[in-house]
Amino acid sequence: MLYRENGQFKTTYAADQQIFTITQDKWFVIAVIAFAFIGVPMIADEYMFRAILIPFLILALAALGVNLLVGYCGQITLGAGAFMAVGAYAAYNFQIRIDGMPLIAAVLLGGLTSAGIGIIFGIPSLRVRGLYLAVATLAAQFFCDWAFLRIQWFTNNSSSGSVSISNLQVFGWTIDAPVEKYLFCLVFIVLFALLAKNLTRATMGRQWMAIRDMDVAAEVIGIRPMYAKLSAFAVSSFFVGVAGALWGFVHLGSWEPAAFSVDRSFQLLFMVIIGGMGSIFGSFIGAAFIVILPIFLNQFLPALGSIVGVTISTAAVSHAELIIFGSLIVFFLIVEPHGLARLWAIAKEKLRLWPFPH
Amino acid sequence: MGFFIETLIGGLMAGMLYSLVALGFVLIFKSSGVFNFAQGAMVLFAALAMARFSEWANAALGGDSLLLANVIAFFGAGLAMLFVAWAVERFVLRKLVNQEGATLLMATLGITYILEGVGQTLFGSEIYNIDVGMPKEPVMMFESMFEGGILINKEDFIAALIAAILVGLLTLFFQKTPVGRALRAVADDHQAAQSIGIPLNRIWVIVWLVAGIVALVAGIIWGSKLGVQFSLTTVALRALPVVILGGLTSVPGAIVGGLIIGVGEKLSEVYIGPMVGGGIEIWFAYVLALVFLLFRPQGLFGEKIINRV
Repeated sequence: MLYRENGQFKTTYAADQQIFTITQDKWFVIAVIAFAFIGVPMIADEYMFRAILIPFLILALAALGVNLLVGYCGQITLGAGAFMAVGAYAAYNFQIRIDGMPLIAAVLLGGLTSAGIGIIFGIPSLRVRGLYLAVATLAAQFFCDWAFLRIQWFTNNSSSGSVSISNLQVFGWTIDAPVEKYLFCLVFIVLFALLAKNLTRATMGRQWMAIRDMDVAAEVIGIRPMYAKLSAFAVSSFFVGVAGALWGFVHLGSWEPAAFSVDRSFQLLFMVIIGGMGSIFGSFIGAAFIVILPIFLNQFLPALGSIVGVTISTAAVSHAELIIFGSLIVFFLIVEPHGLARLWAIAKEKLRLWPFPH
Repeated sequence: MGFFIETLIGGLMAGMLYSLVALGFVLIFKSSGVFNFAQGAMVLFAALAMARFSEWANAALGGDSLLLANVIAFFGAGLAMLFVAWAVERFVLRKLVNQEGATLLMATLGITYILEGVGQTLFGSEIYNIDVGMPKEPVMMFESMFEGGILINKEDFIAALIAAILVGLLTLFFQKTPVGRALRAVADDHQAAQSIGIPLNRIWVIVWLVAGIVALVAGIIWGSKLGVQFSLTTVALRALPVVILGGLTSVPGAIVGGLIIGVGEKLSEVYIGPMVGGGIEIWFAYVLALVFLLFRPQGLFGEKIINRV
């Protein structure tokens, strides 16, 4: 009654092709974005921005990129951390080696470099599939780990591979306070989410999905697998690279290759699987889950211990965190193997029928 | 020439150990279609159990007999792996039957975290030693044939021997025993196996147990070389190129792949490494595997992948 397409008549092609066909959806998304831009800066404190909101936004962007590749094109990747690293280090090099390089241009160029590297490491996908490909993408991860540690030129000859960037400026606006960093990231993520949403509705996204569902059949109906797969790798790496550049520039400030290790790749894949493969909304839920859960456990376990009257050592807490984190992942995979976004889809179905479900 | 052969032999021996870890992957993938990322955590868990059980057994026996303590510890650790196998089957695999490969892969990553956490909570997170009485001193061989002879690490040699024996035993187990035949039947076709009355759940416990024992042996060998510590889990990442090179479904593939990767790593590190700054073994293995994959996408010995619409 409250939420359905029925009765919402479209009279023009433009209206029929809009992103959110249900008016309620459209207003809901607009409300969320408005809240993120206006409401959140008013209520969140500095800790919230630093520890939760900024990492959440950036990792959601990276998860979105991974989801385009894994969820929409069906190519499992375990090398996403490497592309974040490429984005971050490329943006760093553009920033320091070219005088007067604008920040946004550096970030986007970092993403483009990452897209180029992504195409190179995507070439094996033309021959190998599935789990073989997943392992093959680990090659990208280990190669990039090594390259940024050993090839001094990338890190401007710093010996440990750690680099730092300071004084972020956009059009004369200095990004310094956590809330400014948050807004800066938010602009990126909103634009990229919109881009991703449109990409997946357009020719390119449909080709990816055809390849995902059955690549031989897709080839038979005239989709070029090489073009579709490599474009998926390129676009995904672009998103992930931009996220990497933001992670380095905005969140960390100074970083070393270990910030983009293989654990990061696994983390991103977790976000996609837990959030929901092939769902843009799912990338956000997955990122929120993976970012907030460790922080929550970290705060909650010692508190729980003090209530019961036991002091838990830091080592025990970190081990318990591992156990609970692992168990929750297994639990979510068992109860909802299609990801948390599926719950939303089910709720949507229910809402459509409400209040007369039969 | 002597140096080259020395590197080659070193590579072969390292490769034997990779094969051992890779074997665990292949066994589980063949029988249940699960790409088991937890193999590295299983190695850590088994090695931790072995190290601590042997320490405790030694203390309980008053330090008289190291051998007896080690035997007790081996069976204790084996029991621990049996419990792991049972728990994984009961609480994870059984509920995830028929899910996609990626979901199962993620589930094993979850198991990895659980095993790491439980292992370190139960057995502590320090660095432990496993002392199974392997000789450590290197020996010189073939001094008459090459100038300066060839330096071989006795410990490596014994490790390779143990790995070879284990592979032989596994082959016998798979080819000659009723349980092994059931395992092969399940690997061939789940549904057909089930329809002739092979209990899938029990088979999965057995295969995870076998993989656990393989992990235990690998853990003992690596642990006595390097000490039992958290970094043992990365052994799994070192063994992955072996698995895809040899083919996910092939036991001989795991062994040959392990040898190729071991030799390739060592030779590249010695001969190419200095040109580019060293430390290239880890990605070189992956690139080597990738090059093979470009020509044979199913790995060297894997079943041919046929795509039908």
